[in-house]
Amino acid sequence: MALISYAQAACQALAEAMRSDPRVVALGEDVGRGGIFGQYQGLQQEFGAARVIDTPISEATIMGAAVGMALTGLRPVVEMRVADFALCAIDEIVNQAAKNRYMFGGQGRVPLVARLPIGIWSASAAQHSQSLEAWFAHIPGLVVVAPATPADNYELLAAAIDCDDPVIYMEHKELWGLGGEMPPQRTATLGKARVARPGTDLTLVTWSKLAHTAVAVAEQAAQQGISVEVIDLRTIWPWDRDMVLASAARTGRMLVAHEAVQAAGFGAEIAATVAEELGIPVKRIGAPRIPVGYARTLEDVARISAEKLLQELSRFVERHPHRQPAA
Amino acid sequence: MPASTSLANLSPAEHLLDLYRMMARIRAFENAAEETSRGGVAVFGSTADTSALVRGPLHLSTGQEAVAAGVCANLDRSDYLTSTHRGHGHTLAKGANTSLMMCELFGRATGTNQGKGGSMHIADFSVGMLGANGVVAAGIPIAVGAAHSAKIRGSSAIVACFLGDGAINRGPFLGGHNWAKIFDLPVLFVCEDNRYSATTATDAMTAGDGAAARARSMALPAETVDGNDVLAVDQAARELVARIRAGGGPQFLHALTYRVKGHVSVDPAAYREQSEVDGALESDPLKLAALRLEALGVAAGRVAEIEAQARSEIEAALAAARAAPWPQAGAAYTDVQDTGAGQWH
Repeated sequence: MALISYAQAACQALAEAMRSDPRVVALGEDVGRGGIFGQYQGLQQEFGAARVIDTPISEATIMGAAVGMALTGLRPVVEMRVADFALCAIDEIVNQAAKNRYMFGGQGRVPLVARLPIGIWSASAAQHSQSLEAWFAHIPGLVVVAPATPADNYELLAAAIDCDDPVIYMEHKELWGLGGEMPPQRTATLGKARVARPGTDLTLVTWSKLAHTAVAVAEQAAQQGISVEVIDLRTIWPWDRDMVLASAARTGRMLVAHEAVQAAGFGAEIAATVAEELGIPVKRIGAPRIPVGYARTLEDVARISAEKLLQELSRFVERHPHRQPAA
Repeated sequence: MPASTSLANLSPAEHLLDLYRMMARIRAFENAAEETSRGGVAVFGSTADTSALVRGPLHLSTGQEAVAAGVCANLDRSDYLTSTHRGHGHTLAKGANTSLMMCELFGRATGTNQGKGGSMHIADFSVGMLGANGVVAAGIPIAVGAAHSAKIRGSSAIVACFLGDGAINRGPFLGGHNWAKIFDLPVLFVCEDNRYSATTATDAMTAGDGAAARARSMALPAETVDGNDVLAVDQAARELVARIRAGGGPQFLHALTYRVKGHVSVDPAAYREQSEVDGALESDPLKLAALRLEALGVAAGRVAEIEAQARSEIEAALAAARAAPWPQAGAAYTDVQDTGAGQWH
């Protein structure tokens, strides 16, 4: 089967949506040239500059205009370049897009997709490396998605464009070139996680790029006799409580790992829920609460490496051994 | 208010009477809102009276009615409008029902926003009024997006974007006007300059030559008018709207008026001289229009009749709002989002 990259998968999903629905438009800086990561390659040639709209560097106006477009019959896909830049449009996301439907009593809907690429990327330092999914998960009205694979980027971007709620869509900047197989048919839906690797001794919940690290770590843990079930959450809000709780109830231990800063990260929400509901040992692994530094030695401190994840996982299992079943 | 096409056929006196009627309705609405909100907002250091019928921040457009009436007389129902936090007049002039608006101020389930928005977020999408906004300048990009959408969809609708003088110091003013110009969009920006940014005089906070100059710097044609002279606003808006409908791109109207009341209804505006307010009241827009009607030979009785009709309309709105049901607590969970509805924790 032909491989497709994470960037190409998103491009294909958007192209198909634009072909089938004239209301779908894309707007943002440099999208006409294919986007800075190639995720809009060829779209302006196919759909024209009126629907694949190159914009000024005006994040607030890009996002606010998308709200106005969405309210009046279009389905805009908004490019913010990196999630860090979307902070220039935080009013438009939080106070406008997310609140519009509710505060106006359901008179309007805001079916927009805002693409906010996250993650540490190529020594880009403090202002181009953040993973801010927890910020948006905190805001009522928003859906938050973070795909890990090309197949999911294809399916979930299509689902996000179909969605009538505003969606914060967070691709990982180190995954653009990742190859993978396209799904034979669309099955992924918003709000549903996937089991990236089945296991019996421990549930490891993660998302985005770290899902790949987690699967590799699970293979290593298997050699130490620990069977890890890796759940790729895919949608951060609404998160798949049913799958996580069912898995954690079965394995009896839950670890959540994310690239974002650990303090007040979304892992805390998952860990707290699992502890409240199941009363089993839980643990969070996230970045220290420091900005991402430029030098490799500094950047590495902020990364969750496979070594670090395996070490923490092993320590967690040692601290919380399973009770022997009654004879 | 009839649409712009029919207005042109009216005699000058009948046309001005229509504008006067709209201003009188806005004035009556604002007065009633102010009266029913007394005590409903906590003044600094005190506690709000929970029995007040209108609660929360109430930003009145008393004295600014000519801008709303004069501009909206030139809009069709299918045109769009975005407003500021001081949006009752714009909403009413765009065609919203005063009873539904008053129900919203009272926080009732039958309000324009089902009690979820109140004064500061009043909206009536059914007449193209896309919302007042609690954030200064936030309506500008939304207006620009609605105009961009109209252009993409091949709709003939235009957008009127009301903004205050304080908004010209926020980034979205620059971003939105630049966007409207480079994409050649059908937007009429209306800077309703009431001279105050909350409790601070705007002049002292603004570099350069102000709103119209800033619009011109981005190549938007801009006109400044006496915003208390409803005929002047109407005439300027008519010309600018005609240019927009003819494909002339975005236009800018700077309407000079005065905020007669405080920033919010509980603000006594003690930071300005009473003589300044007294001077402004001399050019009250209803007073100016009444004088002009008199000069046109319109009988005083007709003006009095319009005033009486406006008052009785608003009395009926108040009665409807008093009698209207509160939203059920369960409505707090509706219209949040469909994806994940039910997952509230």
